[in-house]
This record gives sequence, C-alpha cells and structure tokens, in this order.
Amino acid sequence: MSIDKILAEKRSKIIKKWRNAIIKSYPEDGQGFLKREKSQFANPVGLTISTEIETLYDEIIKGENTEKISSCLDSIIRIRAVQDFKPSRAVAFVLQLKQIIRDELGSGHSDKMRILDNRIDEIALLAFDVYSACRQKISEIRVKEVKNQVGKLLERANLISEIPEQRPAL
Amino acid sequence: MADTPKPAEIAKIDHYPSPFEKGWMNKQVEIKPGVYCYASKPKNLEYVGMPYPREWNPADEDWKLPENWKEIIEEGFKDRLDKYRSFKLFMDICVRCGACADKCHFFIGSGDPKNMPVQRAELLRSVYRKNHTIGGKILGPFAGARELTEDVLKEWWYYLYQCTECRRCSVFCPYGIDTAEITIIGRELTNLLGLNIDWIAAPVANCYRTGNHLGIQPHAYKDMMDFFTDEIEDITGIRMEQDFNRKGAEILFITPSGDVFADPGTFTCMGYMMLFHYLKEQGLDITWSTYASEGGNFGFFTSHEMAKRLNAKMYAEAKRLGVKWILGGECGHMWRVLNQYMDTFNGPPDSLEEPVSPITGTKFENAKTTKMVHLVEFTADLMKHNKLKLDPSRNDHLKVTFHDSCNTARGMGFLEEPRYVIKNVCNNFYEMPPETIRELTFCCGSGSGLNAGENMELRMRGGLPRANAVKHVHEKHGVNMLSCICAIDRAVLTSLMEYWVPEVEVTGVHEMVANALVFDGEKKRTTDLRGEPLPGMEDEEDV
Ligand code: SF4
Ligand code: SF4
Repeated sequence: MSIDKILAEKRSKIIKKWRNAIIKSYPEDGQGFLKREKSQFANPVGLTISTEIETLYDEIIKGENTEKISSCLDSIIRIRAVQDFKPSRAVAFVLQLKQIIRDELGSGHSDKMRILDNRIDEIALLAFDVYSACRQKISEIRVKEVKNQVGKLLERANLISEIPEQRPAL
Repeated sequence: MADTPKPAEIAKIDHYPSPFEKGWMNKQVEIKPGVYCYASKPKNLEYVGMPYPREWNPADEDWKLPENWKEIIEEGFKDRLDKYRSFKLFMDICVRCGACADKCHFFIGSGDPKNMPVQRAELLRSVYRKNHTIGGKILGPFAGARELTEDVLKEWWYYLYQCTECRRCSVFCPYGIDTAEITIIGRELTNLLGLNIDWIAAPVANCYRTGNHLGIQPHAYKDMMDFFTDEIEDITGIRMEQDFNRKGAEILFITPSGDVFADPGTFTCMGYMMLFHYLKEQGLDITWSTYASEGGNFGFFTSHEMAKRLNAKMYAEAKRLGVKWILGGECGHMWRVLNQYMDTFNGPPDSLEEPVSPITGTKFENAKTTKMVHLVEFTADLMKHNKLKLDPSRNDHLKVTFHDSCNTARGMGFLEEPRYVIKNVCNNFYEMPPETIRELTFCCGSGSGLNAGENMELRMRGGLPRANAVKHVHEKHGVNMLSCICAIDRAVLTSLMEYWVPEVEVTGVHEMVANALVFDGEKKRTTDLRGEPLPGMEDEEDV
C-alpha cells in the first residue's frame, strides 16, 4: 500500500493519538476535561486542539498551503503561549507527530517518511515563529497598558511637554 | 473465599473521595512569573495601617513572615468562622460533586486543576478540617485534612490571587456554595500577614488619601474634565461644562476614576457629560465630586473592613454637599459593593432621600435604602419615557455585542437594562452564545484587582473563554465592538481583544448613547466621540 493511502486510512487513528499526546502535556487531573467533547464555549482549549490538528494533519500531508498551516498553528500556540509551558514544550507537539506516524506506518516507506520528516521539521520552525509572535504581542500589550494608564494622564494634565513634530519657527 | 482480596490488596485501594484530587496535597506550589502579581510595597500598607508592611518577593524562598504567622492565621480563621455563618457553612457542606469544577474561566483557560473552584476552596477547607473537625484532627490526610505549613500558605496565596471572585462557579453548585466568598475570606487572611499584591494595595492607599485609585488630585481631575469639554465642543459645537463639588445640587454623580483617566473609558466619561448637559434643560441638577472621585473600591479585594472604610466617603460627600441622592456610573465591582454591602457597611444614610428621577418622576424603589441609582437604569428609564432624541444610525458603523460584567450580572441581577439602552442607540446588536452571557457570563479574567501587567499570561488565559465567544460573533456576524458597563472591563477587555480577536474594539454603553444623542443647535456631526468618521461622513472635510 502506498504511504499516502495508509496516511489517509489511518487518519483518524493518527489524529486521535496526536490529540492525546498534546493533552498529555497538561496536568493529569485536568486532562479528562480537555478530552471531553463539550461545546466550543465550555471547553475552548480542548476543542481548538481537536479541530485544528485535524486541519493541520491534512495540510501537512498535502504540504501545500503554508498559510493554512500557520493559521492552525496560531490557534493552538496562541493558547499554549500563555499557559504554563516552557517555550520548547509549547511547540513540541509538532515534532511528536513524527513518531506517531512512524509507529503507524511500521517499517519501510523510508523515502516518503524522509520527505514527511523534513516537512514536519519545517513546520516546527514555523511553530517557533508563531510562538515568538505571540510572546511579542504579550509584551506589546503590557507596554501599551502602562502607557495608557499613565502617559496620557501626564500629557493631558499638561505635566509633560513632548518635542513637537515640527520645530516652531524662530 | 477465593475472591476475597488479601489485606495487602485492600490497602492499595484508593479511598480518596474524589478522582480529581489525587495527590494534589503533596505537590509543592511553583510560583510562576506571568501568573503572580508583585508584592505590596510597605509604604502602601503602612499608609492605611495594614499589618506587617515589609519588602518581600513572592518568587523568593523567604517571605519574611512574622514568627507567629501560624497563630495569626489560625486565630483569623477561627474569628471568621464565628463571624460569617456562610463561611462556616461553605467549609462544611461541599460534597465534592464536581459540578463547579469545569466552570471557572481560569481552569478552562489553563487546564490547571488547582483552578477548579472546588480545589481552590479545598485549599482552605483542608486546613479547616485539620483544625476544626474531629475527623480531620484524628485521620489527617485520610479525611482530606492537612497541616498549615509555609508551603500551604504559599499555595493559598498563589491560587487565591488567581480567582477573580466572579461567582460563576456558584451558579452551578447545587448547594449554592460561593467560592468567591471563600476567596474573599482567604485573601483577608493573607492580609493579616501583609501578603497583599501591590496592584491592590496601592489603589487602596491612594484612594484613602486622595479619593481615587491613581492618586489624582482635585485640580488634575478638573483639568481632565476640561480637556473633555473641549473635545466635546469640537465634535458638537456645544460647550458642555460640568459642575464640581457644588453644594445644594440635587444629585451627586460618582464613577470609577478609570473613566476619567484611561482610554477607552474616557469616551464613556464624555458620554456621561453629554447626557447630563442634555438633561439640564429638563431639570437635571447634578454635580461631580473631586473628593468622592472614585466609584471603585479595591478595599473590597483586601478585607471587609477596608471596603467599608473606602466606601464611607460616598455618603460622607453626599452629606457634605447636601444632595438628595447619588447616581453611579458604569462600573462592576463598585456596584457589587453598593448593591450587596453598602447598606450594612455605612447605611442607612439619614441625610438622603429615596431617589426619584427629576425628568420622568420614576421612583427607584430598588434604591430605597441605599439611595444610589445605576446610571444605565436611569438612562433606560429616560428612554422608556421618550425623553431622549436619538439617532441610532450614527452608530451604524458598529456591530455591537455586550459583555455582562460578573459583578453587575451575577452580583446584582442587572441584565435587561443595558441591553435595552444599547438597542435604543444602535441598530446592529448581536448576543454572544447563551451559555456565555447573563448570569452565565464569562469573566474578563482580570477582575478583583488582578488587572496588573505582570500577570498578563494569567489574564489572557483567564479571559480566553470570554474572548472565544466574542470571536464567534465576530466571525458569524462581523461584530467589531464589544460593549460593557464596567471601567475595569473597558481597560482589560481592550488588551484581551488585542491578543485574541484584534478586530474588535471595546466601548462603554454611554459612549454609544452620546454618539446617538441629538442636541438642539449642535453642528453637523461628522465624527463619533473617538474622532472616527460617522457612517456616510468619510469624505467630510474636518474628519
Ligand atoms: S458544586 Fe458545590 S458541592 Fe459540588 S464540588 Fe462544587 S462547591 Fe462542592
Ligand atoms: S469565583 Fe470565579 S474565578 Fe473564583 S473560582 Fe469561582 S469561577 Fe473561578
């Protein structure tokens, strides 16, 4: 059987394993909740993981649409970037897919697997970019809040005087 | 007989009452950056006479506790069990059914089981069992009891300041256990040892000294309002001066200082000013105060006593000015305090009268004892009586949804009035899914004094369930404006949206009211209060 066929056939099994692997990164006593298929509003983290990795899997196999891949990564990593994870742990789930696929494929298919490995490596790098962007955003928000709380006040109360955009003519 | 388990096997059976509590007691807490808030500075505690002011750092091993810290806590615990029957009841009656477990936004957003409400309460409850129940005294850990140690205290602190006292969990508890109240008492206990966060302690000290959280002095307060008066004149062509500290006015207006100093609350403040000016001709006789210049009350996040002390200025200022009643602006926890506590804290205010709207004659019977009316209710009444000329099409560039603040929704059942007002001033209103609004509303994730900057990761994950529902209506209906009636919300939801749904902005309700309000003799309006062009006015010259 061709690798593509196997990957299509085992799609749901691989995705399930992948999801479980991701959920395992959370504290044990919270995992049951994350797995529960509640409404997307009661369990946004669990549901985001489940739905996004499905799309992600399909796109990884096809290997075409980088934008879609980025958007899936963003949905998951935006959450993990503000949870109790070290940076490496926040993005590790991408690499976990390798072993899961390999376990399902068994031996052989080494050429195809190499291509897939490379693709997943690429996506792991992309994940790193996404993670950094999220963290960058957090810092920006922090700075903005401070500025908004104090800077505006000083400016409006005429307590500070900034250099004007244009120098007044002498 | 062959099926009877051997003693060694029986010993292995887990008798622990609830599956989600496995092993939690023994794990030492790790205080993580991004989650905890900085410690209270000694000067802020000293100023209001709070005990044990000192420099300390939550990330350090040594919290510099007083030697007899354990006695202090145990004594304080006992005092409160005697004083608050509800607290004692909440300690005793939880059956650990788990109904509340997955209802807290901090658990939903973090997956950290210690953020399950039942677990948060268990922090205190385990110590309660050890000291106050026979089973706990004898059986210890087997009865879910544990000794109060420094590690336990640190865990208390870490998780009590990860609860926004939002009460969502209490809605689901079959026994009505309110974990928010447990957090409130727990935080009181930490305060006995000087273990507050500075984001709460500083506003408390400032409020005590200058009357508001930021420590703004009267002249600066007035300066800001003058600035708004100019802005409003630019937009409408009308000068809408306000009165300050005017003795003999009929009504005193009190609002959170955030409205006066932080965007986008400032636009809501301009909204209040415009509404008051509009009603002047119809007989509204109202004054602002530069002393009672804060509706918010961070004392409420410190202790009942501190909340009472800071709250007292409202009635004191009302009496000094000789007003008949008080009107309150758009705020969350301010209203929880006013609605639930003010009456017993500092009431009844003898000098005040039962509030009656001077415009419509409506008696606000619900405010009979407190003598304080919510502005949104006041405005809804005006609309009901057709006292406002409104052009909702001026808000046509907005697709609006409404976030119920925990405090107004669950704390005082204030659900319909804001919606009524919003629907009168804008044509595009979309509700978020039912399980995320009204009494089931998801918290902003930054309430109860947790709106600091250093705990941004905590705030973002706690606000995730709320943001997720906003994202849904943004994708489904194109919602671009999240409205709310809370000053803290206006500030923190702005950050929350920036992280999760950057296409959505945040507004107070009275900003939209003022946009729609049609004044006699005003110039043709080309922009809204933010200076953004009104629909159809994009090409006007002075935009
Ligand atoms: S819902 Fe009430 S009784 Fe059930 S675990 Fe939660 S607090 Fe306890
Ligand atoms: S009061 Fe709110 S923040 Fe606190 S435990 Fe309950 S749901 Fe969570």
